[in-house]
Amino acid sequence: MMLSEFEIWQGFVVCISAVFTNNILLTYFLGMCPFLSVSREVKTSVGLGFAVIFVLTCTCALNWLTYHHVLVPLELEFFRFILFIITIAAFVQFVEMLLDRTSPLLYQKLGIFLPLITVNCAILGASLFMVIRDYSFVVTIGYGLGSGIGWFLAIIAMAGIRQKLKNSRIPRGLQGPGIALIIAGLMALAFTGFAGVLQGR
Amino acid sequence: MILQIMLAVAVISSIGAVLAALLTVAEYFLANYGPCEITINDQREITVQGGSSLLSTLTAEKIFIPSACGGRGTCGLCKLKVAEGAGPLLPTEEPFLEEQERTSNVRVSCQVKVRNDLRIEIPPELFSIREYRCRCAEIIDLTHDTKQFRFELIEPETIDYIPGQYMQLLTPVDEKSGEEVYRAYSMSSDPAEKNVIETIIRLVPGGICTTYCFEYLKVGDEVKLNGPYGDFWLSETNAPIVFIAGGSGMAPIKSILHHMRNTGNKRKATYYFGANKVEELFLVDLMRQFESELADFRFVPVVAVPDESEKWDGEAGLVTEAVTRDLKNAPECEAYLCGGPGMIDAAINVLKELGIGEERIYYDKFE
Repeated sequence: MMLSEFEIWQGFVVCISAVFTNNILLTYFLGMCPFLSVSREVKTSVGLGFAVIFVLTCTCALNWLTYHHVLVPLELEFFRFILFIITIAAFVQFVEMLLDRTSPLLYQKLGIFLPLITVNCAILGASLFMVIRDYSFVVTIGYGLGSGIGWFLAIIAMAGIRQKLKNSRIPRGLQGPGIALIIAGLMALAFTGFAGVLQGR
Repeated sequence: MILQIMLAVAVISSIGAVLAALLTVAEYFLANYGPCEITINDQREITVQGGSSLLSTLTAEKIFIPSACGGRGTCGLCKLKVAEGAGPLLPTEEPFLEEQERTSNVRVSCQVKVRNDLRIEIPPELFSIREYRCRCAEIIDLTHDTKQFRFELIEPETIDYIPGQYMQLLTPVDEKSGEEVYRAYSMSSDPAEKNVIETIIRLVPGGICTTYCFEYLKVGDEVKLNGPYGDFWLSETNAPIVFIAGGSGMAPIKSILHHMRNTGNKRKATYYFGANKVEELFLVDLMRQFESELADFRFVPVVAVPDESEKWDGEAGLVTEAVTRDLKNAPECEAYLCGGPGMIDAAINVLKELGIGEERIYYDKFE
């Protein structure tokens, strides 16, 4: 495969746009479950955020390879949902084993949320978007990485806000998920401010 | 059409199979920690297969660490000092560890995984913990709801323990829950009788283990006990002793008194025994016998509400009231309490008011 300069540049642009203008969490609202439930502490959300960046980038690349080299030649494109999920599940299992071996502390901290990455819609969503948008391999890697970083940014911002929120007075009816959803909405609004940054993509 | 369906199924299955195979290979390399060496108290070294929790690894090596929850990380009893190799403190351990324990490397052993060579410290008394096969030799009714059980050891034939410790009795598989149930009972026997374990059990209505002991256990039956556990025992000072225990709480006190007689211990001792009614007093004759055989021992039975019909000329009222009235030199004394949590908490408050420092109050709460 020839890597043209243009392709790398395009991958870079897609990456930046996935972080800011097309943030997978704040524009498409994918991956909300862990976003709301693991964002109580900055430390744990940083851990989960890195796990998501890693898994998202790797699964996007893996899924691109299986899609374009297995499903397309066999004309089995309609199977991509199942195939992507299997690949993601296997990969998360692998990461879990690796983490248990290398960083028991992070493994314990992430606890149930690590296996739950499997069913994090952001991961599957990114793989499906890459098919719909017909990205090339390099661009896909950029897109996966950018989506992961975007998700990471959103969750640590959320965790930071929620840590501050602990000491503030919130009306009873809004405590917990209520206020978290409102904050998510406001953050999404703020991110639309990036909309004009990358024109002519 | 059929061909395409077949092809689709074959492709997806083979991709699944390839991924599964990759995972198995990964697991073989990643989850395989190989043989690990555990150094215990800088004396003994055992080589084990890594990968499981420290608690279960030690249990497999026949080293029993007390654990009430069976390794689920909810009781925090299986704490051990792990000097080297345990890795960072895990969030699941934090609730069980005091600041001082954290700095001295105490860990919850069911949460620590054996990944590499470890250096651990096990309190020496835990090494004597074993499982004992026993035969129920005698059941004596002490009161309407309290019985004394005598078990003769079959295998191993003798037991060494410190008077005041307890054993866990294994109740055979419960029909309802299908689980084996362990319950702790203090030994009441004379520690000189090394082939016997005696205990005093009070019926807990609805309790799995006491119901078994009271309704199903017969003389001649075989039971399994493991132990000894616990750190409720006599200190090695010469301070006068105050024992406070009612009901089945007499068990460890009785064992301690036997031991004091055997060793010719001359410490001054007073035992306040609380009961609701006169008919709930038991083993009074034995206690009177201890009074004559021990150097300076006094048994003070206290009855809360003596019936009109029962002639009672001893102390009346709550046991804590009797202690307040009777105990003269409280600040010099050491107190040993045994019984239910309500009685213990009340007694600790009264003893502190009387001037006994908290560090001189020892207790065994029956919970």
